[in-house]
Amino acid sequence: MPRSEAEHRRWSYLIAGLLLIVLWQAMSFLLNSIALPTPLTVFYAVISGLKDDLLSHLLVSAARVGYGIALALSLAVPLGLISYKKGADKIITPFIYLLYPIPHIVLLPLIILLFGIGDLSKVILIAIIVFFQILVTTRDAARNISTNYIYSLLSLGATEKDVYEHVVFPACLPKILTALRISIGTAIAVLFFVESFATRKGLGFLIMDSWSRMDYPDLYAAIVAMALLGFCLYVMLERVEREVCAWVYV
Amino acid sequence: MRFMIEAKGISKVYQDGTEALREVCFEVPEGESCSIIGPSGCGKTSLLFIFSGILKPTSGKALIEGNEVVSPSRKVALILQDYGLFPWKTVYENVSLGLEFRGYGKKERQEIVLPLLDDLDLKDFANHYPKQLSGGMQQRVGFARALALNPEILVMDEPLSSLDALTRETLQNFLLSLWKHKGLTMLLVTHNIEEAVFLGREIIVLSPRPGRVVKIVKNHNVGEVNYRNTEDFFDKCREVRQSIEDGAT
Ligand SMILES: Nc1ncnc2c1ncn2[C@@H]1O[C@H](COP(=O)(O)OP(=O)(O)OP(=O)(O)O)[C@@H](O)[C@H]1O
Ligand SMILES: [Mg+2]
Repeated sequence: MPRSEAEHRRWSYLIAGLLLIVLWQAMSFLLNSIALPTPLTVFYAVISGLKDDLLSHLLVSAARVGYGIALALSLAVPLGLISYKKGADKIITPFIYLLYPIPHIVLLPLIILLFGIGDLSKVILIAIIVFFQILVTTRDAARNISTNYIYSLLSLGATEKDVYEHVVFPACLPKILTALRISIGTAIAVLFFVESFATRKGLGFLIMDSWSRMDYPDLYAAIVAMALLGFCLYVMLERVEREVCAWVYV
Repeated sequence: MRFMIEAKGISKVYQDGTEALREVCFEVPEGESCSIIGPSGCGKTSLLFIFSGILKPTSGKALIEGNEVVSPSRKVALILQDYGLFPWKTVYENVSLGLEFRGYGKKERQEIVLPLLDDLDLKDFANHYPKQLSGGMQQRVGFARALALNPEILVMDEPLSSLDALTRETLQNFLLSLWKHKGLTMLLVTHNIEEAVFLGREIIVLSPRPGRVVKIVKNHNVGEVNYRNTEDFFDKCREVRQSIEDGAT
């Protein structure tokens, strides 16, 4: 029976999910501690959380991550793409090399000073960290575009804008999407950090809050929600990638 | 007889000081074909880029129909060996791209591109991506893209050099018939002596870098598929080979 690739993928996700749950069950049995409740307990906590306000926390977190990534993308991609020009690259590279290695999370006090303590600061911190990951990858991809592609396009009567639209952007797109995928993990880690203080909304808050109350089922319910958030973003991204980079997969 | 293409003392020195071409002069009459041959790195590609309006000469002039080339001309279509096709575009999109830049509507583009793909035996592959095609087919897409623009001049940089011998010969025959039936002026860079002689009414032999014209071999009997098997063909090949060797010393 020939199975479609999509179906195959769905099955492998399902099996991996089941295996992890089995492993979790075994761990909680072995550890026998309230700090690791069983999957079923957590499942009930998720259900009752959904009746309560888990969903609204999830949506707040999703919005913070979403805006953060979108902001980073909208700045990093154009800046990375112009590096296909040697001149622009020479100007941009020193800035990248000087600023990239800083752990950007230490900028938090400055960001709070500039943008206050609300959602904007949280979004901006996520954006800054993800920005560099996307910028570095996009720039590397743009620098390595064969000049023959560009010459070919110019000889067809292309303008500067056409070069970006028909060569530089599509050539870098697979790399940009890979960077984005890596960034999702980073963004969620940063999300947890920025939600662990000065807010009463979001999954990070929920985790810290249930932890301090020693409410472990709720704690794990929030962790599960965070994992689901990441998973949904990955799946969405993969969809997009198959759609817009079809040429890579043929 | 008027000249379609003229090189008037073209020299090219790159920014890093590499001297690629020195005082190159030649001319190609309308509807004629001209092969350029020379050792690797002697500036052949640079010369073609200059005629395509992509690169500026350091001194001297590239003329097309008497006008200096300053930007890509609508009369000229450039065909490169590799990378000419965009892997992220389908065959159809690759071929119609130039027309899009020239402001043709969707319908008009279809009316030009589809028959052309049909002519080149690519009709069933319109929606394929380049990497799904064989080397020979990819190069035919390259030709289709150039021809879609209805150029008067075809400028080609080793268009057949990555193909196997049989495919290569078939496409040489294709180029020959294109030249004879469409009245195109052709400028062909090749590393292959037989190819240069089979396709060029004149064969320009360049010296090692910096490229200078060593010799222009006249090749009057060009034009028939059969030419490959004649004594004259072999004589010309010998003459070209000798000139390349002379240029190298
Ligand atoms: N952008 C560039 N900057 C500096 N030097 C260059 C540049 N492009 C080409 N060159 C140099 O100019 C010389 C001629 O290059 P070109 O590509 O025109 O040679 P070619 O005859 O086409 O070589 P091949 O037969 O290997 O294709 C070479 O020495 C090359 O290294
Ligand atoms: Mg070359």
